[in-house]
Amino acid sequence: MTWLRTLLIMAIARPLAKLMTGADVTGREHLPVTGPAIVAANHNSHVDTLLLLSIFPARTVSKVRPAAAADYFLKDPVIGWFSRNIIGIVPVARRAAGTGEDVLAPAREALARGEIVVVFPEGTRGDASDEMARLKNGVARLAEAFPQAPVIPVWIQGAGRVLPKGEVVPVPMTCAVLVGTPIHWGGGRTAFMEGLRTAMLALKAEAPPLRWS
Amino acid sequence: MDIIEAIRAFLAAQPPALLWGLGGVLALLSVAAVISAILPLVRPGQDYRELRDRIASWWVMIALLAGALLAGWQATVALFVLISFIALREFLSLAPTRREDRLVILAAYLAIPASYAFIVLDLYPIFLVIVPVYAFLLTPFLMAAFGQTKGYLARVTTFHWGLMTCVYNIGYVAFLMRVPSSEPLPAGAAGLVLLLLVATEFNDVAQYVWGKTLGRHKIVPTVSPNKTWEGFLGGWASTALLIWLIGPLLSPLQGIGLAIVAVTLPIAGFAGDVTMSAIKRDLGVKDTSHLIPGHGGLLDRIDSLTFTAPLFFHLLAFFAVEHF
Repeated sequence: MTWLRTLLIMAIARPLAKLMTGADVTGREHLPVTGPAIVAANHNSHVDTLLLLSIFPARTVSKVRPAAAADYFLKDPVIGWFSRNIIGIVPVARRAAGTGEDVLAPAREALARGEIVVVFPEGTRGDASDEMARLKNGVARLAEAFPQAPVIPVWIQGAGRVLPKGEVVPVPMTCAVLVGTPIHWGGGRTAFMEGLRTAMLALKAEAPPLRWS
Repeated sequence: MDIIEAIRAFLAAQPPALLWGLGGVLALLSVAAVISAILPLVRPGQDYRELRDRIASWWVMIALLAGALLAGWQATVALFVLISFIALREFLSLAPTRREDRLVILAAYLAIPASYAFIVLDLYPIFLVIVPVYAFLLTPFLMAAFGQTKGYLARVTTFHWGLMTCVYNIGYVAFLMRVPSSEPLPAGAAGLVLLLLVATEFNDVAQYVWGKTLGRHKIVPTVSPNKTWEGFLGGWASTALLIWLIGPLLSPLQGIGLAIVAVTLPIAGFAGDVTMSAIKRDLGVKDTSHLIPGHGGLLDRIDSLTFTAPLFFHLLAFFAVEHF
């Protein structure tokens, strides 16, 4: 199934992303080429996942696994199959958080297999108003478990205009994807999360102005 | 061997002047590539990465254009549909828009097939009015129909500007390809496109080079602080001379028509550049995207062309082409 996924991403997702959004990447050299690695991005649209899958080179993309909400993506069997096998998600059981169940187990397993896990620490899609929501610290727990894995901050500008939450018709608009220098686990969740937050806001400051209201 | 034979037959069927023209462009670019390779050896210590990126991007752009021009009007129209689309997307993405405008934005993209359809059908009188009159009227009506009145005029104007520059004016380049071979064209219809593009881009480069070497007096300091009178005048004279020399080889222009094109086209190119700079300054960006390494966005590359294309087309139609 891996070859089918790579083929679909390279032949369909990538040209689609390029045409619809321009996929205007800066800092591409910071993208990880091998796992385990964690990519942490802001989240305003399903287009975020499309963009993050399409900016990796063909030899790396088979390793890229977006973490996605199990309650949203796995409730329908068809979408579930597609999400698991083509998008390649690692499910996060958001609803089970706090019940004692290890909701990050699939992401941890992926990192243990040497894969690149894409996380959206805001936890859900925002409203494209350009504000970053409070970050959830699941990413810090993953970094703690894999201290050798670099965490690459990414700011995606404009995806919320292409397909905002609640809309079904995508509208072509240019999106900028800014990839920052990797940060590493230094011991201490609060300090790590503050570092990630600062790095993402620094990328946001470099992004072209978003005149969207 | 069959492939080589086929390529030879294909090239033999093309007007020699067109092949010489394309060859000349490649020769110029090769010279630039050699200079960019030697410069770091002669004057080390400076960063030549942007120059190298610029030239590498030129190879790609020229390969795409030459391929489309040699393949015929259909391929050229397809290429310019894509160029219009990317330019409009870049423009509408920089301009202030609202979530409620999403459907109007989507409708604005439909102006591209609507306009280019009349290039495909070779219906010049309809092409002339479909965007400037009918898309012009439909856009504000759509916004009103969606019940939006806040900042109405400014928002409508944003769409009008994008449609006119990125769709209508750029469409003229593709429409040049529909001049029939019954007209006295020394290098085919593709020669007309080549002349327009070479003159426009040469003007950009010549202004830049003259400005870099001799520039002292700023010409529009509040809009483009790097533009100088020396760059403008040097670019104007060089480009006028270039058009005067190669115009008769690539187009049916001669005499007074050729002279008017030679004198006015460089001014239009400068005007397009400055106007788009003013818009970018208003929007607070330097480049419209990073699509073309070393150049910026597509809109940055075609800003002069949005002014030179209609002017060149109309002068050509008035002085030298029966079809329009």
